[in-house]
Amino acid sequence: MSGSNTQDIAWNREALPPGPAQDAVVKGITGEIEEKGFVIANLDKVVNWARTGSLWPMTFGLACCAVPMIHAYMARYDLDRFGIIPRGSPRQSDVMIVAGTLTNKMAPALRKVYDQMSEPRWVISMGSCANGGGYYHYSYAVVRGCDRVVPVDVYVPGCPPTAEALVYGILQLQKKIRRTGTILRG
Amino acid sequence: MHELGATIAAAAGPAVQEVFVERGQELVLRATREMIVPLMAMLRDDPRFAFEQVMDICGVDYPERAERFEVVYNLLSLALNQRVRVIVSTDEATPVPSVAGVWPAATWYERECWDMYGVVFAGLTDLRRLLTDYGFEGHPLRKDFPLTGHVEVRYDEERKQVVYEPVALTQDFRNFDFLSPWEGMTTLPGDEKVHLIRGERGQIEGPKA
Repeated sequence: MSGSNTQDIAWNREALPPGPAQDAVVKGITGEIEEKGFVIANLDKVVNWARTGSLWPMTFGLACCAVPMIHAYMARYDLDRFGIIPRGSPRQSDVMIVAGTLTNKMAPALRKVYDQMSEPRWVISMGSCANGGGYYHYSYAVVRGCDRVVPVDVYVPGCPPTAEALVYGILQLQKKIRRTGTILRG
Repeated sequence: MHELGATIAAAAGPAVQEVFVERGQELVLRATREMIVPLMAMLRDDPRFAFEQVMDICGVDYPERAERFEVVYNLLSLALNQRVRVIVSTDEATPVPSVAGVWPAATWYERECWDMYGVVFAGLTDLRRLLTDYGFEGHPLRKDFPLTGHVEVRYDEERKQVVYEPVALTQDFRNFDFLSPWEGMTTLPGDEKVHLIRGERGQIEGPKA
């Protein structure tokens, strides 16, 4: 369909200019739809609801912090009820939980995994070692914080953080995601 | 245990320099470097010793010695329920004969020892590093290796890869003394008695009056 004959399209022939007349029509339609059991919401909010409700983390347990992370996944804290299901593949995951000491030898692999994740993606840095090197800050083999390698959204402190702390960190990340607008406005 | 040590020393001849029992329960042999392989083969095959397993091979660094490294072999005999520790010494350049022919599992231990201390093992077929980073330079467990090493990594946004750079610490490593101000403080006027009693208890040495 070419652009020249858009005036001839049947549904758009009597387009109303913005104003009180248009508002009245929109209001009428909205009321009619709600009566029939539909809900109208902002697309932004729907997208953020979907994202926060299905944060699939990349399983990246590097050291002892992986143990509280596993606790958070298991029955007691049950992250599944937040829609958080650990994935084995970076291509299926939205968030990477860096749980443990990131060594120099592991850093290129971590970055590669991060690069393989599809947008939008987030990173949670879990524990002192991932936050800033922690106990191994002065070691010859340890990266002084995983934010030297990947951009981090949420830092969870602790050595190791409890499972509750990780759950709290994930809830903070959900809060952060809710703040973002998905659609650019002109 | 002393009997076992004497038996090994008699059977091994000049391969064993010294036999002693450490802490009353650990048999230690000091061996000559050149004859370590036949000694180990004998310790494994002789039915009186039957050390079928090598539990660990580790290095020790004594920078003040002429032969600065020691290689320590910990052997276990499950059949006879006995253990022995064999020690040889070497320096950076002199190779130690590899015992990978006696126990194939020794390959990893010798690779680790090479990686961490730079002890050369003659006849070791696999000369890759075991633990440290690819392309790592130096041997980190040597006493003269700096704690923070020489390089650190970060992701370079322009080159789109993880790059190595010389170490730049924002804060130097500090050694803290964990004496609290109260414990470390010298005697306050009128407070001498407290320190006297503590000194008598032998917990903290009382300051000189």
